[in-house]
Amino acid sequence: MTKVSMTVNGKAVSGEVEGRTLLVQFLREGLGLTGTHVGCDTSQCGACVVHVDGTAVKSCTVLALDAAGAEVRTIEGMANADGSLSTIQQAFQDHHGLQCGFCTPGMVMSAAALLAENPKPSEAEVRHYLEGNLCRCTGYHNIVKAVLAASGQDVSDVGRIAAE
Amino acid sequence: MPKDGGIGASTKRREDVRFLTGRGRYTDDINIRGQAHAYFLRSDIAHGRINRIDTAEAAAMPGVLAIMTGADFAAMGGNPAGWHIPSRDGSAMREPKRPVLAHGKVRHVGDAFAIVVAETREQARDAAAAIVADITELPAIVDMGQAVADPSHRVHDEIDGNLAFDWGWIEDNRAAVDAAFEKAPHITTLELVNNRLVPNAMEPRASIGDYDPGTGDYRLYTTSQNPHLHRLLISAFVMGIPENKLTVIAPDVGGGFGSKIYHYGEEAAVLAAAKALNRPVKWVADRTESFLSDAHGRDHVTKIELACEKDGTFIGIRTETLANVGAYLSNFSTATPTFLHGTLMAGPYRTPNVYVNVKAVFTNTAPVDAYRGAGRPEATYSIERVIDKMCDELGLDPLEVRRKNLLTPDQFPYTTPVGLVYDVGNYQATLDKLIADGKLGDFEARRAESAKRGKLRGMGLSTWIEACGIAPSNLVGVLGSRVGLYDAATVRVNATGNISVMTGAHSHGQGHETVFAQIVAEKLGIPESSVEIVHGDTSKIPFGMGSYGSRSLAVGGSAMVRAVDKIIAKGRKIAAHMLEASEEDIVFENGKFSVAGTDKAKSFGEIAFSAYVPHNYPLETLEPGLEESAFYDPANFTYPAGAYACEVEVDPDTGKVEIVSFTCADDFGNVINPMIVEGQVHGGVAQGIGQALLEGCAYDGNGQLLSGSYMDYAMPRADDVPFYQVDHSCSTPCTHNPLGVKGCGEAGAIGSPPAVVNAVVDALRRAGHDHVTHIDMPLTPARVWSAMNANA
Repeated sequence: MTKVSMTVNGKAVSGEVEGRTLLVQFLREGLGLTGTHVGCDTSQCGACVVHVDGTAVKSCTVLALDAAGAEVRTIEGMANADGSLSTIQQAFQDHHGLQCGFCTPGMVMSAAALLAENPKPSEAEVRHYLEGNLCRCTGYHNIVKAVLAASGQDVSDVGRIAAE
Repeated sequence: MPKDGGIGASTKRREDVRFLTGRGRYTDDINIRGQAHAYFLRSDIAHGRINRIDTAEAAAMPGVLAIMTGADFAAMGGNPAGWHIPSRDGSAMREPKRPVLAHGKVRHVGDAFAIVVAETREQARDAAAAIVADITELPAIVDMGQAVADPSHRVHDEIDGNLAFDWGWIEDNRAAVDAAFEKAPHITTLELVNNRLVPNAMEPRASIGDYDPGTGDYRLYTTSQNPHLHRLLISAFVMGIPENKLTVIAPDVGGGFGSKIYHYGEEAAVLAAAKALNRPVKWVADRTESFLSDAHGRDHVTKIELACEKDGTFIGIRTETLANVGAYLSNFSTATPTFLHGTLMAGPYRTPNVYVNVKAVFTNTAPVDAYRGAGRPEATYSIERVIDKMCDELGLDPLEVRRKNLLTPDQFPYTTPVGLVYDVGNYQATLDKLIADGKLGDFEARRAESAKRGKLRGMGLSTWIEACGIAPSNLVGVLGSRVGLYDAATVRVNATGNISVMTGAHSHGQGHETVFAQIVAEKLGIPESSVEIVHGDTSKIPFGMGSYGSRSLAVGGSAMVRAVDKIIAKGRKIAAHMLEASEEDIVFENGKFSVAGTDKAKSFGEIAFSAYVPHNYPLETLEPGLEESAFYDPANFTYPAGAYACEVEVDPDTGKVEIVSFTCADDFGNVINPMIVEGQVHGGVAQGIGQALLEGCAYDGNGQLLSGSYMDYAMPRADDVPFYQVDHSCSTPCTHNPLGVKGCGEAGAIGSPPAVVNAVVDALRRAGHDHVTHIDMPLTPARVWSAMNANA
């Protein structure tokens, strides 16, 4: 066992981990931050996406020891300081961008990373960026809509029958 | 003007806040002090005889607490099929025992035969690798045709021919249907495969068993769509634990799509291990285990014949289907290809003669059971594909042929030749809405535009119907169901006037906590925020059959309305006493009980308070308290229906298909929350597009699962699908439930696959590939390219 220290959601944390301990295990089992989910074992589903030093990563594919000293942000650290939902979280609720909620933390973290890189993405850019996050419930319609809305774009016509 | 609350309002989901902030509580998020961890050792061959399992070395490894094998569970009962389906010769269904862990033989890759419990999951996994299993490999039976044709190999030693049943529906009509086919001017025949799918809820299955030696109480946390059904199966069939000594809790569940209806052996194993060790035992599947051991979906091979007049008027449908049930009969596996499939084979059409034959075939593959739509997608796909093939053969317009054959509104109630009574519908209205919303009349212009870009554009239609909320119980009992199909709810008005509603339905993405509160709030004239929905815990809820088959609202919601009606009836009695009026003169409106024609009134809160502080109360005739339960058993199925259009562009060089538009016009009856209904359709359509274009569960000839991870099984991703146009305005409310609702959860997955395939075949034929009459799903670029170039 090796001691590892990092900053998670602004708080200094440390714990004992094995060499094989994944970042997601450290977050979930070590720190009790169970908002980050594990949906597969091949780094395909994206339910475990967190930010490490500002970059979206799949925390099932990062060893906890590799994140030593890093600034990690998880879904638990995404709300506003007063506890209210952030813009991207609120957009997911407003546009019904989640159903069972299991993929949602990873979706939100990926979407936040996208908007940090590209504040006004096109529909195609959103779909391409979220290609590494699987959702089985929503058919992606309302997720894409929520991300576009969170970027400040008008989504009132999305999925509506275009006026003659 | 959209409502801002109650029935018909797009109330934002209250459950979203916890999911969006990482505070959801899924089974794997629960950790009980002292818990140990389980790992299941699974067969890596498809078929084999277990000679000996040597656990000595594994048991001595670090952290290992217990190892149990199939032999340790041999005395327990089997996990049963929920429906008994007799064969058409009258013989009983052949139902092999499905043990907790494989014993004697392993019958599919992934068949678990040992559980290892250790201090950590890693220790359990490491120890499992040290178990020496001496298993003699037997020939694997994978192909259904071979399973039936070659009786020398048996999945179950006692079942020759590998058939669970050979079902005819309706057998007595067979001769008449055959006679109608004899005289028919035209018969179109189509052989097709309804591809095997893996449900892939994003949350893998997980269970925690817990046992209290002080009380003898068991507690199971598990990923279930129907915790009471799990309790019933574990109690009455598998473990014999009295129901009152077993609590099943399904906390937040990350999607189900059918796969979490069923009781699986891992659940009984962790309960037994928890008792043996006197410690909680937790198991969480990894995704590979989910692929190997979750019940899969579909997997039909069907020959369908459509008899018609030369003008396309339907005369009859006749089908022969081989339905794969895998190695064991999962709980709904026998109902899915029969009463959820054969009974839908008339579609939304006047088809006077229908006969369906289904043979349920055992193979050395994972069990196959209901997956979103369950039998109805298979029926719809067969019908909607054969209609288009008939139109191609006779040179008819698929839209006009459908219109010509659709039932008309004056024909309801309509008794189909396959045993259902459709209560209400307006299929012309949804078709007209589809034509308008999808601008189907302008298709040629769009096709020309696509052609300029070198793309082959096609359009495909599907006019579908389904049956939801299986019922009534006395009828399904006659048909072979071993359970009732009602649901239950308790409405508890607390002393301070807020409300707890305990529902037997379970939400794993459907938004019940929001929608059910909308209903109760509207009925009682109180704010939605005053209503709390409690679900997923057998110790808190009277009973319930859970959520599947689009039944939650139609059945569970109706039970809730009945319970609310009882609350109002009792409130009226209390109000009559308090207001010194006769009960008949009390009216309940907008949350107030008042004396008709006067300004004398008591608020709902005042009545609730009086029920719990009964100082001024008719105690001699009325019990205090304000809590009512109701069980609701529907009089009939509900029949959602709709019309879908898909437009695709095919790349002629690669065969790659792009969905360029998908339009839905649905009739779900009354709608409680339009936002949620639309979301359900989006998700269903995406799963249907997945089936049509991407997803295919593949085993090799030895029964090895080739598509065992997301590297090999193509799930729809955000860039595989378009924005969908959906509409549910053509509503004909259900005539027999108090909400007038029909159900919307499965619609998209039922209606969409044939629309996609019809569109691709249309694109190829319009481009001159007249030899293409059908392509089996999934329509991968390789299959489409090969179809295009078959004549080259």
